[in-house]
Amino acid sequence: MIRFIAKRLGSGLVVLFVVSALTFVLLYTSSGSIARNILGDQATPEQVALKEQELGLDQPLVTRYFAWLGDALSGNLSASWFTSEPVANSLATRIPVTMTMVFAAMILIAVCATLIGVAAAVKRGWVDRVVQVGAIVGDSIPGYVIGVLLVTVLAIQLGFFPATSTISPGVGPEAWVYSMTLPVIALLINGVTGGAQQIRSAVIKQLERDYVRTLRSRGITEREILFKHVLRSAAPAGLTVLSLQLIGMLGGVVIIEQIFALPGMGPLAVTATAQTDLPVVMGVVMYTVVVVIVVNLLVDILNGWLNPKVRVS
Amino acid sequence: MSDSVETAAVAAPMPVGQSGTVVRSTVIRRLLKNPLGIASLVILGSIAVLAVLAPVLAPFGENFANITKTLAAPDSVNILGTDSAGRDTWSRLLFGAQLTLLSALLCAGVAIAIGLPAGLIAGYYGGKFEGVSNWVVSILMSLPGLIVLLTIRAAFGPSVWISMIAFGVLISPSYFRLTRTAVQSVRNELYVDAARVSGLSDLSIIARHIFSVVRAPIIIQTAAIAGVAIAIQSGLEFLGLGDPTRATWGVMLSEGFKNVYLTPTLLLWPALAMALTIGGLVLLGNAIRDALEDGEKIRHRRQRTPVAGTSAERTTAERAKARQARKTVAAVDIGTEHHLVKVTHLGVGYPQADGSVKKVVDDVSFHVDRGEILGIVGESGSGKSQTAFSILGLLPDNARIVAGSIQFDGNYTVAPGEDRVNQDRLSRLRGKRISYIPQEPMSNLDPAFTIGYQLVTPMVRVLGITKAEARKRALKLLADVGIANPERTFQAYPHEVSGGMAQRVLIAGAISCEPDLVIADEPTTALDVTVQADVLDLLRELQQRLNIGVILVTHNFGVVADLCDRVVVMQNGRLVEEGTVREILRSPKEKYTQTLLGSMLEGKTPMTMLVSPPEGPVSHESGSTAPAGQDAAAEKEPVA
Amino acid sequence: MSAVENAPLLSVQDLVVEYPSKRFRAKPFRALTDINITIGQGETLGLVGESGSGKTTLGRAVLGLAPVTKGRIIFEGNDISNASRRERRTLSRDLQVVFQDPYTSLNPALEIGDILAEPLGVQGMDATAARKRVKELLDQVGLPSDAIHRLPREFSGGQRQRVAIARALALSPKLIVCDEPVSALDLSTQARVLDLFLQIQKDTGVSYLFVSHDLDVVRHISHRVAVMYRGEIVEQGSADVVTTDPEHPYTQRLLLASPVPDPDRQEQRRADRHRLLETQRQQNEQTLVS
Repeated sequence: MIRFIAKRLGSGLVVLFVVSALTFVLLYTSSGSIARNILGDQATPEQVALKEQELGLDQPLVTRYFAWLGDALSGNLSASWFTSEPVANSLATRIPVTMTMVFAAMILIAVCATLIGVAAAVKRGWVDRVVQVGAIVGDSIPGYVIGVLLVTVLAIQLGFFPATSTISPGVGPEAWVYSMTLPVIALLINGVTGGAQQIRSAVIKQLERDYVRTLRSRGITEREILFKHVLRSAAPAGLTVLSLQLIGMLGGVVIIEQIFALPGMGPLAVTATAQTDLPVVMGVVMYTVVVVIVVNLLVDILNGWLNPKVRVS
Repeated sequence: MSDSVETAAVAAPMPVGQSGTVVRSTVIRRLLKNPLGIASLVILGSIAVLAVLAPVLAPFGENFANITKTLAAPDSVNILGTDSAGRDTWSRLLFGAQLTLLSALLCAGVAIAIGLPAGLIAGYYGGKFEGVSNWVVSILMSLPGLIVLLTIRAAFGPSVWISMIAFGVLISPSYFRLTRTAVQSVRNELYVDAARVSGLSDLSIIARHIFSVVRAPIIIQTAAIAGVAIAIQSGLEFLGLGDPTRATWGVMLSEGFKNVYLTPTLLLWPALAMALTIGGLVLLGNAIRDALEDGEKIRHRRQRTPVAGTSAERTTAERAKARQARKTVAAVDIGTEHHLVKVTHLGVGYPQADGSVKKVVDDVSFHVDRGEILGIVGESGSGKSQTAFSILGLLPDNARIVAGSIQFDGNYTVAPGEDRVNQDRLSRLRGKRISYIPQEPMSNLDPAFTIGYQLVTPMVRVLGITKAEARKRALKLLADVGIANPERTFQAYPHEVSGGMAQRVLIAGAISCEPDLVIADEPTTALDVTVQADVLDLLRELQQRLNIGVILVTHNFGVVADLCDRVVVMQNGRLVEEGTVREILRSPKEKYTQTLLGSMLEGKTPMTMLVSPPEGPVSHESGSTAPAGQDAAAEKEPVA
Repeated sequence: MSAVENAPLLSVQDLVVEYPSKRFRAKPFRALTDINITIGQGETLGLVGESGSGKTTLGRAVLGLAPVTKGRIIFEGNDISNASRRERRTLSRDLQVVFQDPYTSLNPALEIGDILAEPLGVQGMDATAARKRVKELLDQVGLPSDAIHRLPREFSGGQRQRVAIARALALSPKLIVCDEPVSALDLSTQARVLDLFLQIQKDTGVSYLFVSHDLDVVRHISHRVAVMYRGEIVEQGSADVVTTDPEHPYTQRLLLASPVPDPDRQEQRRADRHRLLETQRQQNEQTLVS
């Protein structure tokens, strides 16, 4: 098991390296004249050259990448070209906001999708039909459109929630809950509808397996069959669905934060993209990849725990 | 090189296209019969027409701004009003549709162009290419789409086309995986082997046998991916990172959101357009999937929702009687209490979509006494397994008892007039007094639990003994069924033991709670003949030692001769003949039994015809009469 | 009908089949060891063995579907052990196959007519001639001619197996490898399909390599029988000898393990089997001791 985890971790680090290198090359070879961009049209060629030297842009690409990598490994992700704030600092203040929302939404999705999906698989009838229709509706409306509609109706028209966040450094947990309820709902609706549908089919598939009939013939109760055997066998499929949803959500949350003006990763990423603030963009990409790798590692470990075949080999 | 030339030469003389069109046209017909299919086609078709005709239909240019008329309410000139810059909402919506559909097409096109060939190659040839592409795919799939598009935007600036090409690359793994899995599932199908033996080139095999398998899933996937592309593209534009000179639904939504306090309706139109388009795609995908499913399967699914079937024929009075019967179970007929099991005029049926009931067991009566082995013999579709499962109460959910009764040890488990097996009464008996030995040893053990766990738990639940006691008993049972090292097998997972060993474990499980009746459904069919002989010895020895009644379902007269005291022969759901094992095997009265025994090879002169006179074409082998539950399972469409 | 040809139609010499192991640098898995068989014109060689004995692999090696590690497969005087796809295409006129599972051996998306026309098309036959031949084939295997435009799923298992046999017959081959062709069928269907195999051999003089796990089936259809056990042929000879009075201990066990459809004779056979197992156990102990 430890070897299995170490192997997974190792391949995660390789992925991190490859993605960082590719992103770096992509960003720094294609983005035209960066220095002129920063200084504006009035700058003289001398000023531009000076700025390029200051940013290290006169060095060869490979040198610059390894310099960046060396810094990154020691925790220094360099600074924004526009605000000069160290990228690591910006990330540190924004990640908690974003991660709180993402994890709150993921936990709620896991719980709701499992409950609804299992209910639909076992009870069939109207619950099942609601889940089927819900999945279609959920697939049809992008999460951020739901966010926009929620703000319009619940915040602006009815005033139940704030339309823009009241989170700022030092506010208490009530403000977080108050500000995050709507965004979290906007984040989780697609996840719950889609997830419930997939967990439903996974459970139905397991319920039709031969060993379920044999367990019934041995006098094991339906409840025990469902919760001990069927859910366990359906869990790997569910975990895969959840991890894919989480990857999608890391993107979706950017728009949601923009809609609700939350001080998370979203606004940082959007501003940096619009300004071509490359060190910040690099930082955002790295944070995302790290989160994904950690989550995938957790999923692998859980799957290994659930499936004895993986555990043995 | 030569491959492609030969493909052409091969393809030309064969009526390949013909069959393709036949298959496709039935799918399209089914699609058009489905109201959701038609609705989605109408929605998407109208949006496409509006998009194509946008330059003609739109009263204004996409960026034409009338700054004297901003945020106007709908009127005769601007039928949906104007935005904050005085641009016509209707016109922008039309141009937005154009851009949206084109970008979705581009994205899906790029993704297919990369994912499909890569998936075909990886699936068909495997090897290094598959290893490398799997690795690339795992990286691409771990990158959130929007973050990648932000990076692309930072690198290349705002362009719908570049971002959609990038997203197409990013999402191509979904086609890759779909294709690879589909190809792998058919690569080793015997019909592909047969094509190889015929000398078909790889290209021809892929084109003829493999591409047809991925075609439909790819269409379904494309509907889904186009929807995702529209969502993400408009999201990017909503963030203000799109091309500012183009009218798009994302930009319009963002514009509406900025003016949400003044004119919230500006939000409504682009949101509606998006939901309709994506919803249309999702519905289309679902409808195609439904259309592809076998007619059999569709019926099967419908059966799950309660169908009036049997009850429609019944009067309310009868139903009330049945309800009454459920509360107070009638006493069995006097003089029959001593039978361990007595099945009387049993009928089992499956309600069909058209309201009729397909009977799979019809008017079957027999009994089993203590210490007796009854064989139920028949070919596939004879209803022998369905009969056995109705005694166990483990019929599929949609099955109905349409006639007759079943009694166990002097009490009804299915009383006359009941249309379902009474689970309350049976769950008290199952595992404790009635147990079951399945056919396929491996699939009947839960792969996630040790063999020990799966033996111990039923004993703890049913007998109420402690885990330690149960463990001791389980080890003894494993030794009893002839397992050399019980301790090791106890701790093993099912995938760590052989099929014969697994069947012994299942037999141990079946006798663990000292039942009175064991129902064995083809218990040796999946085993090698030498293992079968050992298992038959084991069953005989256990049955005699524990004096249990056994119902043995089998198609093998050798197994019948080895174990059974009495035999019933079934055909097409009906009981053909009943008698002692010697009567049935030596002097069968019914023609069907005679035919079956006549088909046995044992004792026949080699190299002579078995069926004489040579039969006319096929009439005897007409399709099986098994219901959805039995043979149909083996006949599932692989495309689904 | 006996095989009195000078050179056998098929001759397999010292054949070894190994599958590379998935694990790095592990020993490859050896599926077949030193196999020697021959089949003459119009002869049936029955190949009997239990699951994992390698009997199917041997059939697949002859067809070029399993890798030949060592040894030679000679068909009509030519070594075909490593034939290219192009050579296979020529070979397919004389060497054909019927598989076990009639459900997966026919492409569910193709009509019966197209399935039967496939081998004809590969050989370059034009559409009209192919259609005519397909009709003949359907007639030969006892299927109605309207089957041409129907899909495999509209047929029962036995009928599908007839289609598979018709496909194998399409090019009038000299040898058909039959891989458990009747084991997925019901008893009465099995009898009719076996009759069909015999009738075809009588009519066309084709040879069969007939693979089965069922000694009764093999006895019924074969001139000679080879018994496989753990990747090796442990015994071969004329069908009546091998299937009634075998020499090898494994064949003896196999013979007595198969139950007969009469309670009293089966009781006898059971007793014989227990006696045999006991004798073999004692012999084993003696060889271990000595």
